Amino acid sequence: MSEPNVGDRVPELSVTPDRYLPHRYAGASGDFNPIHIDPEFAKAVGLPSNILHGLYSMGLVARANAALAGGDPRALKRLSVQFRGMGAPEQEIVVSGTVKAVDGDRVVVDTIAQQGETAIIKNAEAEVEL
Amino acid sequence: MPIKTDAVGKEWPGTTYQVGREKIKEYAHALGIDNSVHFDVEAARAAGFRDVVAPPMFAVVYSGPALGPVLFDPDVGMNFAAMVHGGQVFEWGEPVCSGDEITTTSKCLSIEEKDGKGFYVFETVSVNQDGAEAVRGTWTNIVRGV
Repeated sequence: MSEPNVGDRVPELSVTPDRYLPHRYAGASGDFNPIHIDPEFAKAVGLPSNILHGLYSMGLVARANAALAGGDPRALKRLSVQFRGMGAPEQEIVVSGTVKAVDGDRVVVDTIAQQGETAIIKNAEAEVEL
Repeated sequence: MPIKTDAVGKEWPGTTYQVGREKIKEYAHALGIDNSVHFDVEAARAAGFRDVVAPPMFAVVYSGPALGPVLFDPDVGMNFAAMVHGGQVFEWGEPVCSGDEITTTSKCLSIEEKDGKGFYVFETVSVNQDGAEAVRGTWTNIVRGV
């Protein structure tokens, strides 16, 4: 993105995690909480089924914002999120954002991750150095 | 019963994580991140990194384990079964590359009760082998029905 302006939309990221993504993320992250990988356990504690790791969804928000700087891992300086609705495997996640402030080469992006009408991450604020 | 706040200000000693190429690759694959600086040491060096570099959110891999003993500390006294992860902040500094040794210390910033829920806020600070800060995390856990 060149010469970003307040109000610019950042490129949308769409990802549909497959049925076994929570298992791969559990292995990658070390978080084997059974609510993420065991549908029967999740149902037994009152969830509809196993749910996505919140930090996986936050990882997608980070990926969408790093894309502003061509994926440079140095670009993302700060990311703040609130976890809200539960994310589910096998449903499309759409990460979208709007530039909220521009200060020199640093932009602040308001970001949201949604599955259908459900916000799974909201009030996400990313500071990205371009 | 009022919420237990004994742990506010408590600090926990550091835990050290050894960063490796294959773990970075595994994490990047799980997130669908395809930038070659996370997989290919030559590409990483050409981009100015010491070695294969971790995506920013790899911070959960090296800093998360430090929180294990914190969440189960009796001084914190959190009802783990009723806990949800409510919010998260990361502030990044020095990039983390394969070969780094990252040490993470933890601190309890606040414990407050609001609307019948407990809000537990912890901070982790992760530094590399040279003492440079790699990431600072603020973790908010919410416990329903305290």
